[in-house]
Amino acid sequence: MFKALVALTTPLLPEDYLSLVDPLWSTTELRGRVVGIRRETDRATTLVIRPGRAWTGHRAGQYVRIGVDIAGVRHWRTYSLSGPEGDGDITITVQALPDGLVSRHLVDATPVGSIVRLEQASGDFVLPSPVPSKLLMLTAGSGITPVMSMLRTLGAHPDVVVLHSAPTADDVIFADELRARPGTTVRHTSADGRLDLADLDTLCPDWRDREAYACGPAGLLDAAEQHWGDARPRLHLERFTPPTRSTGGEGGTVTFGDREVEVDGGASLLEAGEDAGVLLPSGCRMGICFSCILPLRDGQVRDLRTGEIRGEPGDMVQTCITGATGTARLDLRPAEETR
Amino acid sequence: MTEAQVEELGRRLDAIRDRVVADRGQRDADYIHSIIRKQRYLEVGGRALLFAGILPPAWVAGTAMLSASKILENMELGHNIMHGQWDWMRDPKIHSSTWDWDNTSPAEAWKYTHNYEHHTYTNIVGKDRDVGYGILRMSDEQEWSPYYLFNPLWNALLATFFQWGVALHDLEAERIASGEKTWASVWPQLKAIGRKVRRQFTKDYIVFPALAGPFFLPVLAGNVTANLVRNLWSHAVIFCGHFPDGAVQFSEEQLDDETRGQWYLRQMLGSANLEGGPLFHLMTGNLSFQIEHHLFPDLPSNRYAEIAPEIRAICAEYGLEYTSGPLRKQYAQVLRTINRLALPPEKDTTPDPTTALTPTGSETPDTLAA
Ligand SMILES: Cc1cc2nc3c(=O)[nH]c(=O)nc-3n(C[C@H](O)[C@H](O)[C@H](O)COP(=O)(O)OP(=O)(O)OC[C@H]3O[C@@H](n4cnc5c(N)ncnc54)[C@H](O)[C@@H]3O)c2cc1C
Ligand code: FES
Repeated sequence: MFKALVALTTPLLPEDYLSLVDPLWSTTELRGRVVGIRRETDRATTLVIRPGRAWTGHRAGQYVRIGVDIAGVRHWRTYSLSGPEGDGDITITVQALPDGLVSRHLVDATPVGSIVRLEQASGDFVLPSPVPSKLLMLTAGSGITPVMSMLRTLGAHPDVVVLHSAPTADDVIFADELRARPGTTVRHTSADGRLDLADLDTLCPDWRDREAYACGPAGLLDAAEQHWGDARPRLHLERFTPPTRSTGGEGGTVTFGDREVEVDGGASLLEAGEDAGVLLPSGCRMGICFSCILPLRDGQVRDLRTGEIRGEPGDMVQTCITGATGTARLDLRPAEETR
Repeated sequence: MTEAQVEELGRRLDAIRDRVVADRGQRDADYIHSIIRKQRYLEVGGRALLFAGILPPAWVAGTAMLSASKILENMELGHNIMHGQWDWMRDPKIHSSTWDWDNTSPAEAWKYTHNYEHHTYTNIVGKDRDVGYGILRMSDEQEWSPYYLFNPLWNALLATFFQWGVALHDLEAERIASGEKTWASVWPQLKAIGRKVRRQFTKDYIVFPALAGPFFLPVLAGNVTANLVRNLWSHAVIFCGHFPDGAVQFSEEQLDDETRGQWYLRQMLGSANLEGGPLFHLMTGNLSFQIEHHLFPDLPSNRYAEIAPEIRAICAEYGLEYTSGPLRKQYAQVLRTINRLALPPEKDTTPDPTTALTPTGSETPDTLAA
């Protein structure tokens, strides 16, 4: 049936026409429609998203990659799913960073009805099954989101201690829900100072015996890792690490597929790769024919024409006019075959 | 023009490019999305109307819509997207590496012969295979043979079957004929073309007519006509881009140590624009701004109209010819050249081998002598 339809739409796919009616009817590109918005705090908003039919669900604590178009350009970021397992619609809760590109767009400029791109949920910051009898959740700021998904999934699980920090009472995301939960301590760090993990002994004396889940700023997570020491296997961390930003500089180490190549200052990725014996596609070698593009997996690159440093995972890189700036990884496989 | 002036020209053009690149954004994304939507509605509408094609007005309207859709799809979408003009949006659905078009020429092969060969070696006789498509004599530099007595006929055939001509072009059929390439070496390419041709042929000439049941013939006729209209139109627009009077051709020596500025100059002098209204420009895929397209093949097509006055002014400033004219005038010149080159060269017009230039028109620009 599908094949017969493809014969009618070649070289496009049936969905390219069906998308005119409903963008969610795509099978090659998972999409979602924002169907609800809940303001959580001044800076944080929950988006309720109805995913396309290909969505396979998520486990509490997992995240999803979301692609949004801002000023015409697609950007991908990762957000934890804040809703319980098993819901048809999914939710993410985004806290806008002062100069955050995507977070501010999602919080301030994404009305109901907007279409976003999605990838399937992933991540192993999840509860084991069966669920351990005693849990400890250690969170701060927007780090509450994956844990909220767990709490909502667990329902009235008797023994969960939640220690959450936020700058002020107004900054506490899901404040009402947290307050209603027994075993929850919320700390306002601008008044009470940061949580000192030495206080754990009083706040949660049996913390060593609990399966612990921690999510928050890097400082908190690093400190927790230290503090748990021998009990480290019981501690599960989720990092919202900011994307690594290169600080410029010339040249670097670029991995093409499984080959590592040192690229120096002025050289293009294409020349350097070829000099090292990697078989790379190319054409005009001057930035016009686009024969040489490869998908960027990690890191950033430098446009040799403008000196501009750019790149996000998934970007297509014209290797003949880009140089290295720090480390980067490129796929040799040409762009995903979409049809 | 002095060497310094040529390099200054190059810097000024680079600056225009940088400015547009920095300004790309929502407006451009909205533009391409709206054209994609319009093209798809036109196609769906045209095909639907053709199912009622037993009624002459429905047939005419359906065929016209399908023709317009195919023209838009090939020119404003396919050609420009495969140039990477919209890659900056990072949308895998509108990307040069994934796009395929409603045409018998496979995207990969076309990107090589067009984006690479034609755009790198623009109008270099012997390197830019778009000069004559290996079928026509389009330049004095091409040696005459009796075969070219039929130049006008070959041109009419090429125009009629243009998409097939382009597919063959990708194959470098003339190099197989001359023994430069073996059949074995083109087998994978032939297979790719075969796959593409089979799908295109099946869609337009079997499946859609068959779906119409008793109205098989009107639908088939509509599809044949739409493909023909698209072929004739794209052939006309494309030939007017490089072969009217005033567009210059070059020989291979031009390539030696060519600087960025000289490259720009060659693109400028080798191309010709067409004049018309916004709808005309859209239907040519903005190749009516051939000069701007050749200078900046990867800038979004909707920007060419915006920078054209600036390019024209720069040309005037340096005393460079900015070839531009209405379609009928330019096409008449192309046809005249095709007819003239059917005949063997007269002795006294043999190009001077010491100059790097071979003008197709009457005047010889001395601007490249630097
Ligand atoms: C597994 C995972 C789950 C995540 N879940 C959530 C979530 O549920 N809710 C949520 O709001 N965010 C979450 N994030 C963070 C989110 O992916 C983005 O990094 C964040 O929204 C910032 O993106 P931006 O485009 O707004 O900022 P950008 O424009 O990329 O960056 C703006 C500035 O902020 C800095 N920055 C970027 N990210 C962070 C960060 N996380 N912390 C501190 N500074 C940063 C950058 O270095 C830069 O200076 C998660 C991240 C990961 C890896
Ligand atoms: S090789 Fe042509 S754009 Fe890079």
